[in-house]
Amino acid sequence: MKKLVALLLTIALCLSCAGAFALEGQPVAKENVKVGFIFLHDENSTYDLNFINAAKEACEEMGVDYILRTNIDEGQACYETAVDLVAQGCTIIFADSFGHESFMIEAAMKYPNVEFCHATGTRAHTEGLANYHNAFASIYEGRFLAGVAAGLKLNEMIDEGLITAEEAKIGYVGAFPYAEVKSGYTSFFLGVRYACPSVTMEVTFTNSWYDEAMEKEGAISLIEDGCVLISQHADSMGAPTACEEFGVPDVSYNGSTVDACPNTFIVSSRINWAPYMKHIIEATINGEAIEADWTGTIATDSVQLSEINELAAAAGTAEKLEEVKAGLEDGSIKVFDITTFTVNGETLNSYLADVDDLGDYVPETEVILDGAFAESLYRSAPYFDVNIDGITILGNN
Amino acid sequence: MKTTEAKREPLIHISGRPPMRWSYALLWRLGAIVASILFCMLLSWLITGTNPIDFAVTVVHASFPDDPSLFAGRFWPMLHDLAILLMLSLAVTPAFRMRFWNIGAEGQTLAGCLAAGACMKLLTGTIPDAWVLPCEIIAAILAGALWGVIPAIFKAWFGTNETLFTLMMNYIAAQLMAFFCVLWASPKGSGNVGIINQSGAARAVGWFPTKFDIFGATIENDYLINIAIAGVMVILLFFYMVKSKHGFELSVVGESQRTASYLGINVRWVTIRTMILSGGLCGLTGLMLTAGVNHTINSTLAGGNGFTAVMVSWLAKFNPFLMILASFLVVFLRRGAKDLKSNANLNLDESFSDILMGIILFFIIGCEFFIRYRIRFRHRASAQPEKEVTSRA
Repeated sequence: MKKLVALLLTIALCLSCAGAFALEGQPVAKENVKVGFIFLHDENSTYDLNFINAAKEACEEMGVDYILRTNIDEGQACYETAVDLVAQGCTIIFADSFGHESFMIEAAMKYPNVEFCHATGTRAHTEGLANYHNAFASIYEGRFLAGVAAGLKLNEMIDEGLITAEEAKIGYVGAFPYAEVKSGYTSFFLGVRYACPSVTMEVTFTNSWYDEAMEKEGAISLIEDGCVLISQHADSMGAPTACEEFGVPDVSYNGSTVDACPNTFIVSSRINWAPYMKHIIEATINGEAIEADWTGTIATDSVQLSEINELAAAAGTAEKLEEVKAGLEDGSIKVFDITTFTVNGETLNSYLADVDDLGDYVPETEVILDGAFAESLYRSAPYFDVNIDGITILGNN
Repeated sequence: MKTTEAKREPLIHISGRPPMRWSYALLWRLGAIVASILFCMLLSWLITGTNPIDFAVTVVHASFPDDPSLFAGRFWPMLHDLAILLMLSLAVTPAFRMRFWNIGAEGQTLAGCLAAGACMKLLTGTIPDAWVLPCEIIAAILAGALWGVIPAIFKAWFGTNETLFTLMMNYIAAQLMAFFCVLWASPKGSGNVGIINQSGAARAVGWFPTKFDIFGATIENDYLINIAIAGVMVILLFFYMVKSKHGFELSVVGESQRTASYLGINVRWVTIRTMILSGGLCGLTGLMLTAGVNHTINSTLAGGNGFTAVMVSWLAKFNPFLMILASFLVVFLRRGAKDLKSNANLNLDESFSDILMGIILFFIIGCEFFIRYRIRFRHRASAQPEKEVTSRA
């Protein structure tokens, strides 16, 4: 009797293992791979346009089927759309906005055989779902580079006598005051200061990802406040068009805005999402597991700068950027080098960040390693949320 | 409609018409819907070059997909949208019957959402899990009722204008909601609360159940409870308004407050009682939204349904059963318009679907005018003068 039970248990164990393996590593034939994309807005948003272009490029290059769904709110609509995309036979679902995350997780729990990939999210490494993944890129390096271009422009303005070194104040229109945006504007600012040491920055928040009127208004109020150069992390054309109207140089985000702003656009950094999208499609075809967190870099071609607009940029910008880019790649320049910034007048020798975003607001991970803030190391989404000296946050926070 | 003596008769002559037979009225309305869709198709074809066939197919498939496996993401969510709009239409109706123009359903619903979300957020882990949902139910209904009864008290004692008052209460509720969304955002500053009680041990605490054992068969459906609540409410509200003493009192107060007083009806109490009911139903809808389906809070949860409900209630002439039809109409077209904007192949942008929705509503409301009034042009009007009829359908 005992033997029989043991035998049965062994068989059961083997079968369950086999089942598990089958689930884990089953390659999917290319013609059966179908990717469903969920976008918060449509092509009118620079942010979403960047994703839409990458999605088309990746799927067409890989030769797989895809469905694009635009204007999906950060709520139940995201879940409903995911359910609908699964019903339409999608094997990978991708969503592009931060607020989509918990609804993507909900759908991932419901459909364990479908891969759910979410850009900018923070929870994949703590949720422990085999089919839910986050991705981001070391865009702080791209913003740093764009910042250097802005700094060179400021130097030129100082040399030409348009402003004094003390008047080198720049403005930044941010969306929401949390790590993703803070990491972005801080790395931009550090880039500007790398080239132009006397710079200071003012930041204003719109508390919305896409609000053209508010972004424009924010940029104008910064310009009226004496900011001589503007950058942004919000998704509409609001800030760039305000700059064009006022003739103030602008560093945009998510792609070149040179067509609309030929006189003021300097350069733009963006995340190129195509490498990640190709990566997840490839992994699905080969039956490989997709990592919980994936961080694109300059090396993976995920971090890109647009063409420099010679009309607005300072002379010699391209050469300087090549030099700094090489420095970033070989590690001789670190964006968040703690010797380059202070917090309340002191060096940041130790900092606990809230990497495990469990909703408890308790920071738990030491992120100062080898003299720099180790951004995007423990999870792909940024967790740099420190207010450094030199940056003034205006209005609501 | 009074025509003054003029040398020339006006070109267009508008007069009331005798109440139309219901079958004709229905034909008018169906015609209006078809016309509105045709007009939208034509417009999008002319402006954006969208293939009219694709257009129509997208609209229909948004709610009724051709493949049964797509029902999960389309048909059921459509029924759920219908349930929510229907609930709010039912909620505003008792107040409308007494001519208390409650256009604060949006705010009363948000108050319910916020109360339910707050219970879910704050009570989980401090009281036994099984108690969280009952607390939510009580809190949400009370919050909605409170939001509704404040304007009623002011109206009953100080004669304030309830239309403005309830409208303003919407903004207070929305801002209050926005405040808590910032307070409870995770991570801080992202403005995003996310799904409450999603992972770990607290998974689904305070949520409506989605799995049911009915006669041994297990049914899993995210929307079933909400749809069932709306179904039951239609019947309850019908009896409340048509068969109960309260319902009678409502219509008397609506017709004439003096008459009501002579009949010994306490007008103040009826006003307050009705707004407690109206607000409470909105609060219940808020509970359905937060505990039933979305499991989160944000200031767009009610999604404008509180305002659309005013129209639905009117279109259905305060009849709960007709409200099912009217809500279906609005929801069907709204989901169609939404799908048009999210279907990237059609290349219609977000604002365009708002334009389409506006056109559709314009047709639906516009057709009511033609049902009630007759329009004649000069030559016909002079040929066969007709007695004016004042209709109050």
